[in-house]
Amino acid sequence: MATITIGIMDPPYESANTPTAFRMVDAALRKGHAVNVFCYEGATALGFAGQKQHPNAVHGASIEEEDHPNPKEWIKALLAFAAQRQVKLVWCNCGMCVDERGVEDQVPGVCRGSPVDAWKYCEGSDGVLLIGTE
Amino acid sequence: MESESYSVGKEGTSMSKYVLMQSKSPWESGDVAQFYGLARELGKAGGEVTFFVVQNGVMAARTGAQDTAFDQLLGANVRVLADDFSLRERGIEAAALKRGVAPGPIDEVVDLLAAGAKALWH
Repeated sequence: MATITIGIMDPPYESANTPTAFRMVDAALRKGHAVNVFCYEGATALGFAGQKQHPNAVHGASIEEEDHPNPKEWIKALLAFAAQRQVKLVWCNCGMCVDERGVEDQVPGVCRGSPVDAWKYCEGSDGVLLIGTE
Repeated sequence: MESESYSVGKEGTSMSKYVLMQSKSPWESGDVAQFYGLARELGKAGGEVTFFVVQNGVMAARTGAQDTAFDQLLGANVRVLADDFSLRERGIEAAALKRGVAPGPIDEVVDLLAAGAKALWH
């Protein structure tokens, strides 16, 4: 099995890049590959525990009916899936980016690192993909 | 990592596997044509290139799409795949794709990354 590192930079709720990245992580885990995810800049808010679902007043939908997906739930699901499959998944945030945005309160399993960690992940990986914001 | 991703070409040059992911349509960024060109050049140089269009990148792969640069890519030494999920999201059937484009799952990218391919995202 291989090790793959994926870098994400987009903040939540703004880009189709985010679900594409999540799909790749999911596919890699299903194949048994170890995955490192390094979140940089706005992507560090993906795992922010304070995200809340909301109703949709325009459509008259309640919170339950709207069932708005928050990325923190996807991260939790991916971490749980990796644990269930006994495949390594590291989800690491750039600590400075976290501090800048005040999103220190992250879902369990998300760790804090630096660009040095990102470099180490890349060095130890068979394949690396950085999904930039532009 | 390098030893798995490199092989020696006919003239002693190194050949690599590449996966280039295009997430934008050619009508939202002028850089897209440059990215097509990079893929063509890598293929021309002997690289084993997979060009994976994803998200709005799949729009250029439709039969009726007017995009000369993309058509030139199809005539190059490059394997072109269109993300099946992105196609479904946009209601694009496989039969509506240009000749030379095949629908493919995101697993294709994962397999290439696992095999040591160099990856670029645009």
